[in-house]
Amino acid sequence: MSTSSNTSTVTGAVNWLRHQHNRLIVLLVMAAVAMFFPLIANNYMLEVLTNAWFYTILCLGLNIVVGYAGLLDLGYAAFFAVGAYTTGILTSQFGINFWLTIPAAVFCSMVAGIIIGGPTLRLRSDYLAIVTLGFGEIVRIIARNLDITGGASGLIGIDRPFFFGIELSQGIHFYYVFLFLAILACFVSFRLQNSRLGRAWQYVREDEDAAEAMGINRVGVKLYAYVIGAMFGGVAGSFFAVKMTAISPETFTFSQSVLILLGVVLGGMGKIPGVIVGAFALVLFPEVFRDLGSMRMLVFAIVMLIIMLYRPEGIWPRGKS
Amino acid sequence: MALLEVENMVLSFAGLEVIRNLDFKVKEGTIASLIGPNGAGKTSVFNCLTGFYRPDSGRITFNNRSIIRRKPHKITQFGMARTFQNLRLFKSMTVLENVMSGMHCRTSAGALGAVLQTKSQRREEELIRQFSEECLSFVGLLDKKDRDAGNLPYGDQRRVEWARALATKPKLLLLDEPAAGLNHDEKQELIELILHIRNALGITIFLIEHDMGLVMRVSEKITVIDYGQKIAEGSAEEVQNDPKVIEAYLGSEDEEL
Repeated sequence: MSTSSNTSTVTGAVNWLRHQHNRLIVLLVMAAVAMFFPLIANNYMLEVLTNAWFYTILCLGLNIVVGYAGLLDLGYAAFFAVGAYTTGILTSQFGINFWLTIPAAVFCSMVAGIIIGGPTLRLRSDYLAIVTLGFGEIVRIIARNLDITGGASGLIGIDRPFFFGIELSQGIHFYYVFLFLAILACFVSFRLQNSRLGRAWQYVREDEDAAEAMGINRVGVKLYAYVIGAMFGGVAGSFFAVKMTAISPETFTFSQSVLILLGVVLGGMGKIPGVIVGAFALVLFPEVFRDLGSMRMLVFAIVMLIIMLYRPEGIWPRGKS
Repeated sequence: MALLEVENMVLSFAGLEVIRNLDFKVKEGTIASLIGPNGAGKTSVFNCLTGFYRPDSGRITFNNRSIIRRKPHKITQFGMARTFQNLRLFKSMTVLENVMSGMHCRTSAGALGAVLQTKSQRREEELIRQFSEECLSFVGLLDKKDRDAGNLPYGDQRRVEWARALATKPKLLLLDEPAAGLNHDEKQELIELILHIRNALGITIFLIEHDMGLVMRVSEKITVIDYGQKIAEGSAEEVQNDPKVIEAYLGSEDEEL
């Protein structure tokens, strides 16, 4: 009874949000809150929120692959790793300016996306999941064993970048960096979703054969999604490297990939606000329930199970009625 | 001149020949049909033409170009569109979005254009919308363009498939059992629509159909196959009086003749 009334409140709110005018107001209020939040936040809160924006970028990137194109990817952390290591290696070992490493990170993650996607996207979705899982592990193990990546201990002492003469070193700096990147990721996702390419992803997701019969290159369109998703991961990884100043292979484990996927599925695949909610739930829940101690991950798992049982389409309601 | 020419086509599954040495031609600007008893291999022929199956041997020439073993999306790009026997709409998308899928192969905007919303990208989006709406109004569904395709009545869903195929700007339209599941009135409308597409748009039509009444009324040429082989070819009267055809259909579908 209470769940059904809750659902109707949520649906009502979403209906209200459907009016463009109202939506603009909500967006402005939220942007203002996000902008001025650091004024009232302590360092801990700032760190948690920065992390939430960071996961928002990763989840939005994976959402293009999983949500838009309907491809199950269990190795997304690999692209994030490629971006982080590209920046880490170029800055710490070759002394290249951080900002110049971003295009390199984007390029390398795109190449990684093509290498893994090119041969495998012909496969059906369940096989693809296994191959991407393997790919994720391969990237991590390579990073663990090469000298240039610092082996198992990883890279340390990555320089902090300068932005118009200011060294980005404090929590508040990175809060704004990741907030900006998250907004950019939303913008790019939104534009893509409502484009010829975005529709093509949806056609392929709904019925591959019919899409093919309509003249859509199934494999090409999927590869496009895969490479764009990889770019999001690469950029996020690049900034992650300079924020942490140290990266190690253990950041990019299978559980990292699963966590990002969880954010996408939990919030609602293919829905930008849903994915943001999912990313925040992912980061905030364990923090809010820190008092539960070692039990919190168990409680988190149970809450997620309940959400998936009662709302398999994710927290965010379906857009169309 | 033949728009589509099939020569010596053979298709087999695990050693079983489904299509044997099939030859036929479809002339530009005509309405032609492929008929045959259940399991004669009609849909397999369609799937070979549209690239979903790869024939073992033979030649398929469409618009002076060999299309054998080409990918389905390439063949659509060359100007051959199809509808499916059991509807294959994008059910959770709107009617308009469904039809817009047909314009995909006639447009080119990529990711960068979409993100930056360049002038040419916006112009292209407008063009896609306009032409899709034209296709919808051609089949008489413009007023339902914003409905979810999956929620429409069956007859309307068929029309969406037609509009979607028209949106690919085809030279040749392949219809796989277009009358399946339609009532008497809807069949009459279908006949008019088929004739209208050919006469007003100049699109050549090739169809598979079980409803003999419809086939006999619209077709200018009929090819009959049984067990994957051609057994007769000609006009409606010629085919109807052919002893081989009568034999193939005897006892199964002759009441429909």
